[in-house]
Amino acid sequence: MIDQNKEAKIVYQRPHALLPVVTNYCPGCTHGIINRLIAEVMDELDIEGKTIGVAPVGCAVTSYAFYGCDMIEAAHGRAPAVATAVKRVHPDNVVFSYQGDGDLASIGMCETIHAAARGEKNTVIFINNAIYGMTGGQMAPTSLPNQVTQTSPYGRDVLKAGYPIRVCELLSSLDGVAYLERVCADSPKNVRKAKKAIKKAIQTQMEGKGYSLVEIVATCPTNWGMTPQESFEWMRENMLPSYPLGVYKEVVAEGYENAAAAAQARAVCCPIAQSKNAE
Amino acid sequence: MTEKVLMKGNEAMAESALRAGCRFFFGYPITPQTELAAYMSKRMPLIGGTYLQAESEVSAINMVYGAAAAGARVMTSSSSPGISLKSEGISYMAGSDLPGVIINVQRGGPGLGSIQPSQSDYWQATRATGHGDFQIVVYAPSTVQEMCDCVYSAFDTADKYRIPVMILADGMLGQMMEPVVLPDKIDFCDLPDKPWATTGHGHKRSHNIVNSLYLTAEELEDLNIERYKRYELIKQNEQKAEQFLTEDADIVLVAFGASARIARSAVVAARGEGIKAGLLRPITLWPFPVDAVKDTFDSAKIYLTVEMNMGQMVDDVKLAVNGKRPVEFYGRTGGVIPTPAETLEKIREINERIGE
Repeated sequence: MIDQNKEAKIVYQRPHALLPVVTNYCPGCTHGIINRLIAEVMDELDIEGKTIGVAPVGCAVTSYAFYGCDMIEAAHGRAPAVATAVKRVHPDNVVFSYQGDGDLASIGMCETIHAAARGEKNTVIFINNAIYGMTGGQMAPTSLPNQVTQTSPYGRDVLKAGYPIRVCELLSSLDGVAYLERVCADSPKNVRKAKKAIKKAIQTQMEGKGYSLVEIVATCPTNWGMTPQESFEWMRENMLPSYPLGVYKEVVAEGYENAAAAAQARAVCCPIAQSKNAE
Repeated sequence: MTEKVLMKGNEAMAESALRAGCRFFFGYPITPQTELAAYMSKRMPLIGGTYLQAESEVSAINMVYGAAAAGARVMTSSSSPGISLKSEGISYMAGSDLPGVIINVQRGGPGLGSIQPSQSDYWQATRATGHGDFQIVVYAPSTVQEMCDCVYSAFDTADKYRIPVMILADGMLGQMMEPVVLPDKIDFCDLPDKPWATTGHGHKRSHNIVNSLYLTAEELEDLNIERYKRYELIKQNEQKAEQFLTEDADIVLVAFGASARIARSAVVAARGEGIKAGLLRPITLWPFPVDAVKDTFDSAKIYLTVEMNMGQMVDDVKLAVNGKRPVEFYGRTGGVIPTPAETLEKIREINERIGE
């Protein structure tokens, strides 16, 4: 029998760092794509053996089982604290946390801001789909004004429920941050851009430049009550104007060696901030 | 060579942790454990360790969780209200079988309470340090030397059974200065292997997962049952107590930590008056030293717990005595420390009653 595949060249396959397991994600959601991108980056940088990931509470709660690297499941919102300690224990390893909007920007906002302010050399992959997915579609800190959810059945009333939080914009003021970018994964082009951002964030960490976070504006067709196609349309129409894509901070592109050098330059008029320890 | 120094309880616990190989400390300011964190912040950078002041108690305990998952010897310290905040993280540590040492330098409660010494977190420490089916080992030292010794062995106990261990101290012991012989510094080569830790597998083993989530109820049930078998081993092996003049005692006082010092003075005074009193001092609160209580059955006519709370240990003594003898209580609460004279008065009153 002739082996028809003998001359075939593999152009696409499961990344080594992504295990052959069934995920729990709904059809049409981009969690699976992002999980795969993280694994591809691990393969390309050859870091699966030295990476320790921290899974959140939310739709990605069982993602500790998806990756080939060592994984830790954190309590809701506490991934930045867990990741902080892991990196302090193993400074030569790569540490990332993967968090949704409720986990990162609501219950874990305190941990998020302080890990960023400390300039923890960790990478955060932040999925913003403007809703609590796992618990069945409640209002999130990033839900849009007038967005209908299970707990904002008449639409998010900003006079009562307040306004959505823009995480990249918020964190961009913090001195410990080296790299912040907001991407989405609604098209092959944007998926490629998202991967590039994730890779850059991990490299930022590996080069010791400071804290890095990539926000991925994502969809939740199940809890938005839409088809996957409709949800991408809704995301582009409503979310992207509120959460514009782009780089929010990149200290290296601004001409600094790292976040610490950028911070010191900003504090040039403050004698005490010109610390002997600043890199 | 032994090294005898005069130290505050809080500082002795910190130094002992360093000698036990703890190189990671995560804390948050709270009275009256202040000196412990300050000591760590001064020493850690000089010995290549990490002192990190977390943004909250919640964050600090989750840093302990992370460092423990990463295989390190790690500690945090706080006082009562802060321990309440840590309870979520302690539950996750228990559910993930992570070793770590948590120090509670207790103050009066509930709520913000007082900043004076108290023992009102007995129930929290021994019954409900967080949600779910679990226990932690609880040591209750009553001298600065014992604080030092308990912290030192707490790291071994934590590693041996993969369990969080708490030192239940209080503001009096924490602030008090006594001479202490410091333990030898551990040789890092002697530390146990942690093949389960998330350290990066280097493609030399399959990936490790540290986790407490089990979506299949039966799987979680099996794990809980397995963990409780380990708890039975701890009950068999780790009970600790001190007996003082209990051999012929009619009245056996049961007291731990700071209140045991007061109870001891009262027992000595009672003996001076010819009253046959003795002291049973639990050093582990969980596992509760039920075997030591049973040893006192032959002579004891009555038990009296002396505590700095509203009588939280009474139930454990009653369970150990199992209805065979009466168990009474004397204590002060809210940060008030009972005096030896008050305690002696209670002993006299009991002695008169049982003498009738």
